[in-house]
Amino acid sequence: MLYFAWVRERIGRGSEVVDPPGEVVTVADLIGWLADGSAVHSAAFADRARLRAALDQMFVPLEAVLGSAREVAIFPPVTGG
Amino acid sequence: MIVVAPARIDAAEQFAALSAGGAGGIATFVGLVRADDGVATLELEHYPGATEAALQRLVEEARERWRLIDARITHRVGAMAPGDVVVFVGTAAAHRAPALEACAFLIDRLKTDAPFWKKETRCGETRWVEPRGSDDAAAARWSV
Repeated sequence: MLYFAWVRERIGRGSEVVDPPGEVVTVADLIGWLADGSAVHSAAFADRARLRAALDQMFVPLEAVLGSAREVAIFPPVTGG
Repeated sequence: MIVVAPARIDAAEQFAALSAGGAGGIATFVGLVRADDGVATLELEHYPGATEAALQRLVEEARERWRLIDARITHRVGAMAPGDVVVFVGTAAAHRAPALEACAFLIDRLKTDAPFWKKETRCGETRWVEPRGSDDAAAARWSV
């Protein structure tokens, strides 16, 4: 897992390794599973509408299936330029 | 060419590199840290690897769509002060229309497609910048 911007700050670290159970199929499932397991993640992920994700460095919707992705990033909407 | 780095951006140097390719028209966009509303510092975070890949995809799309001679995006990351250059986008083409359109395409789509996050400090208070709905609209106009 990689976290950026205020998601990273609220979780308190920029990365972690997780091993979700088989019923975690989508990015949204993964977010829910992490939130269920820790108050810190639950607080960081409280406002799902403000979360965006990438699978193996490509932007995806939260409904995307994790499949064989090795790297999942969770972050706020981007604000570059 | 894509560069994402904490070094100061020298717009004249970027422009000179674009001019070397024999283009008939060059368009540039230079984004600065705004100084007019009390911003003291700006910190730019990015997603290393994914950022460069996203910018590279945009440059390749622009080069193909507008038959560009050259295209460059140089984006600064890390700590900056008002007046500093945040981003330089430059396009070189045979004529003005493709250069201007491709340059607008690149900066509009960079705003929504590249993983950068801005954090600003003003009057001692730090906050993450919220995206603007108008950025989504600007990016959407380039959909084919």
